[in-house]
Amino acid sequence: MHMELNQQDLLSLYETMVLIRRSEERLSRLFADGEVPGFLHLSIGQEAVPVGICAALQAADTVASTHRGHGHALAKGVDLGGFFAEILGREEGLCRGRGGSIHVADLRVGMLGANGIVGGGLPLALGSALAHQVRRTGGVAVAFFGDGAMAEGVLHECLNLASLWKLPLIFACENNGWSEFSPLERQFAAQLGALGNAFGIPAVQVDGSDVEAVRAAANPIVALARGGGGPQILECLTHRWRGHYEGDPQKYRDAGDLADARSRDPLVMSEARIVAMGIPADRIRTLERAVEARIEAAVEAARLGREPDYAAAAADVYTQAVAGDHG
Amino acid sequence: MRPQPPMYIPRLWQATMAETRYGMAINRALADAMQADASVILFGEDVAAPGGPFAVTRGLLAKFGPERVRDTPISEATIAGAAVGAALGGLKPVVEIMFMDFVTLAMDALVNQAAKAHFMFGGQCSVPMVVRTPHGGGLNAGPQHSQCLEAWFAHVPGLKVVVPSNPADAYALLRAAIADPDPVVFVENKTLYSSKGELADAPQPVAIGSARIAQSGSDATIVAYGASVAAALKAAATLAAEGIAAEVIDLRSIQPWDERAVLESVAKTRRLIVAHEAVTAFGVGAEIAARISELAFGGLAAPVLRVGADFMPVPFARSLERECLPGEADIMAAVRRSLDWKPNARIKP
Repeated sequence: MHMELNQQDLLSLYETMVLIRRSEERLSRLFADGEVPGFLHLSIGQEAVPVGICAALQAADTVASTHRGHGHALAKGVDLGGFFAEILGREEGLCRGRGGSIHVADLRVGMLGANGIVGGGLPLALGSALAHQVRRTGGVAVAFFGDGAMAEGVLHECLNLASLWKLPLIFACENNGWSEFSPLERQFAAQLGALGNAFGIPAVQVDGSDVEAVRAAANPIVALARGGGGPQILECLTHRWRGHYEGDPQKYRDAGDLADARSRDPLVMSEARIVAMGIPADRIRTLERAVEARIEAAVEAARLGREPDYAAAAADVYTQAVAGDHG
Repeated sequence: MRPQPPMYIPRLWQATMAETRYGMAINRALADAMQADASVILFGEDVAAPGGPFAVTRGLLAKFGPERVRDTPISEATIAGAAVGAALGGLKPVVEIMFMDFVTLAMDALVNQAAKAHFMFGGQCSVPMVVRTPHGGGLNAGPQHSQCLEAWFAHVPGLKVVVPSNPADAYALLRAAIADPDPVVFVENKTLYSSKGELADAPQPVAIGSARIAQSGSDATIVAYGASVAAALKAAATLAAEGIAAEVIDLRSIQPWDERAVLESVAKTRRLIVAHEAVTAFGVGAEIAARISELAFGGLAAPVLRVGADFMPVPFARSLERECLPGEADIMAAVRRSLDWKPNARIKP
């Protein structure tokens, strides 16, 4: 079921994966240097999932993300400068420094936010799909969620309601095998596909390290949802290379598991195909250097950014400031 | 317990035009808002075909069709969360949580998502949604169907909370809540659904955050909201016969609340009693008492007194529930206590 992708398509997918990988590697170093406040959850190793799925989407489609959401944000096309400025806690950030890594959002491109609550994005995506349906936008919504969210009750509510209302909603599971610090087999007694079957929702499982496979699987699924076929499940089997958070020593993982994860590098797999298609290595390196230059420019701009405006934040608790003291 | 709809249908449909019942005023506000704005949609448990557990949404499915008026499964977390997503997607959802006690199941969507999206995303978006939910006891519905939990939401930056006491305010505040760009928790009192009041053909708007002087007086101020306003007015009437002129302020909005209106009244009376059906401890009355004490300590003739439910789950049996919940007599006692206050310089721990 692989669609034939031309060289340009493949390069474009690869480029976005490089953007995510290099951005997160840069963030990892910035975090180690103390330049990133708070927590940082990286999706290195999982890049093919957001890139493959978002490549099947249109600009007006919407995605709700997770605490491991940098890939979703970048694949959906959020502004790179605003992205880094947000994670460094600057006024110029997408959220004016009020959200940080775990709340990166850009409504202009349909990115409804990373989310600090496991499973929290699921009903948001469902509501977004409802808005697409009622307003006849022709759009679809994607709920990205990890395997850890499969044990959240709200997933089961959402599968049920999305099926009842035939919503244009994609349940995009990034199954990396780890619910924070615990392996999937200790967290979830069912199978997502079987769960979908119970609710009458078609489910497809795909190699989430293979960006072409993800995109090839996502295309018909998105078309089905867009055409009134109701919700769909796309379970992407993927690998988390880093800890739950940066600084997590991952003592709960054995070396074999980590080596196995790294052996399925979506960038290496994609690059091999591009090379096999006859694209010269120096063109690929040029593309990578251009991405790295964009990232460095974004980082430098973010470093020079302003501290967030406290008065503006205080005035933004409500859409219009209200009179009186509220605490 | 989830009641079958017919059990609780109040006599909504027997009122005249001039005298409208509280539940019917809400119904009319929903219908008028949906008529005026195609982006307003309703969903919740049994709100469409059954017409709502208290018959408040009756007739709206027939009028506006199944796309805009939807029954949901019993999935409170998703009802509230979907409202957030729908609001971010350009709709103005009005959702119902059948009993306020069930908001416990919807707290993530309300507290972590709805309340924060505007702020947390740097002002990129607003979340124009309304959660309608009935609170309150008096129906012997027991500990899980009787609570007044509005203080929880007033404590969360980003949420607005309104609690109308009469049909005209219910209409106007619901229209205001639906028009508001921010998430609003619209609290209805179950015992008020069949209460009657005037509702004009073209009702006056009411701004969220504005209180109303329900009765003027100069001796003491009673601040109340929701069903406690009627109790406060009855208490004031009884006290008036004894020559005590109590001023009753119907707060109408809990968050934001009308500090200025309360201060103006207290400047006149120098005595303040806050009455609500919710548990006294850590409640709305505690916040108002603290704030007014901070602003007006030197001018007060007595400490701010609170009247609320005893600190226990709302019990089931008639006698137990009656004793637990505050009423007219408790408010009168508090007013008298305020008037009789003797300053005591010594603090006795």
